[in-house]
Amino acid sequence: MPFVIALARLTALEGLRARLPWLVMLVALAAFLLSQFLAEVSIIEASQISATVLAALLRIAAVFITANFVITSMTREANDKFTDLLLSQPVPRWAYFCGKLAGFLFIACCTGVALSLPLWLLQQQGLPAWTASLLGELAIVTALSLFCTLTFAGPVAAISAVTGFYVLARSIQALQYIAAASVANQPSLADQIMAGAVNLIALLLPALDRMTASAWLITPPDIAHLLSLALEVLVYLVLLSAASLFDLYRKSY
Amino acid sequence: MKERPLADVPRLVMVTLVVALAVQCSLRLARPGAGAEAHDLDAPPSSTTLRLAALGEPIPLAKLLMLHLQSFDFRADNPIHFQALDYGRLTAWLSRILALDPGGQYPLHAASRVYAETPDAAKTRLMLDFVDEEFLKDPEHRWVWLAHAASIAKHGLHDLELARRYAAAIQQHARGPQVPLWARQMQAFILEDMNELEAAQVMIGGFVASGQITEPGELRFLEERMKQIEARLKAEKQPSELGMPSASRQK
Repeated sequence: MPFVIALARLTALEGLRARLPWLVMLVALAAFLLSQFLAEVSIIEASQISATVLAALLRIAAVFITANFVITSMTREANDKFTDLLLSQPVPRWAYFCGKLAGFLFIACCTGVALSLPLWLLQQQGLPAWTASLLGELAIVTALSLFCTLTFAGPVAAISAVTGFYVLARSIQALQYIAAASVANQPSLADQIMAGAVNLIALLLPALDRMTASAWLITPPDIAHLLSLALEVLVYLVLLSAASLFDLYRKSY
Repeated sequence: MKERPLADVPRLVMVTLVVALAVQCSLRLARPGAGAEAHDLDAPPSSTTLRLAALGEPIPLAKLLMLHLQSFDFRADNPIHFQALDYGRLTAWLSRILALDPGGQYPLHAASRVYAETPDAAKTRLMLDFVDEEFLKDPEHRWVWLAHAASIAKHGLHDLELARRYAAAIQQHARGPQVPLWARQMQAFILEDMNELEAAQVMIGGFVASGQITEPGELRFLEERMKQIEARLKAEKQPSELGMPSASRQK
């Protein structure tokens, strides 16, 4: 356990040294100014426009920063042979993985909270739910980025995989709707196979399409919805961690 | 990179992986099935928001939105498609999509050939009004949808006056060479159906006299039609001379 805590602390410190807080503050300020500009030029619903646009921008920014930080940090560590050094210590591989994951989750949590601060200035009613959901989403992105870096060779493949996965998870429900409609319209065999494939892919994806919606700032979600999302985040974190550990144990350093 | 044997993976990791995968799939399956319900269709975002979301690529966004829109309330177990769909919101979506991609024909095709063909006459009229409104923004490229709207008004709604109004709009605004004569002549034939024989005769006579029609077969058809109208007019006048009300007067 001391190894896990030490490694988590080391990873979190790396975020500070990489000037991540400055980047997050800069992004938050830029997004806030942009949303205020849009609110100024709008004729009606100014507060709703600024809140929803700001929320959407901050969500994407948080995901982008977190995923890139995890992937570049892991890649740099591997290139410096620091990973080899850590794994040569008399500690199990799961301890190494848990230490890295805990450190990255801490950074993701700080990034999520910091990026939600501009929204607190706008005093929207659904903000606690939105922030909690953003933290859950960032936890999934963190675990996913770690998994992709451990699995794929090179940062380009990992970033591409994370981006593709994220976009697919956000749009899978729309794809399911379209596939279901095509089956209802002209149910050819190709349509049915396509709809089945889309539904199969949907089974493996997290519910990002139902999380951190800007609409929550106008109409907050009910507690049952939030609890079901929390459960889904937890299950997906365990799934990604198990998949990462599976890959890590099979790798020969 | 060399891989270590599968036996090196702790059993707990493998069991956790399988169990987590099973729970994830179960949670997903427990969610309501795919297939957008009618009440799921929210009001569309503003044009500005859509433009921002398009990131400089409004046409692909418009195409994707159209595919997404058509999936609402269109399921195999739905006996009457679009029966519960809010047509006010639907019209707003179609309008926004058309604003993103003004050259696209899909929203007007969907409005006139898909959404207008519902048993609910009020909903049909809403779609036809939408097509009429959008036609005026680009008559040369959108006349075909208004022609279809005129056909629905005539045969579906049995509203000849509405059909005549659409046909008149085509005749008045769509004057390009790509607009076929039948489309411009629609009003004359609808007038004939409405028993407005004199007006129909004048209109067809105008087409013949304008010299726009060069096809001998077309000319022969119109002249034949004029003769038929003339015969009907004579037949109508005869009873009125005898003091009996004519069919058009009765109307």
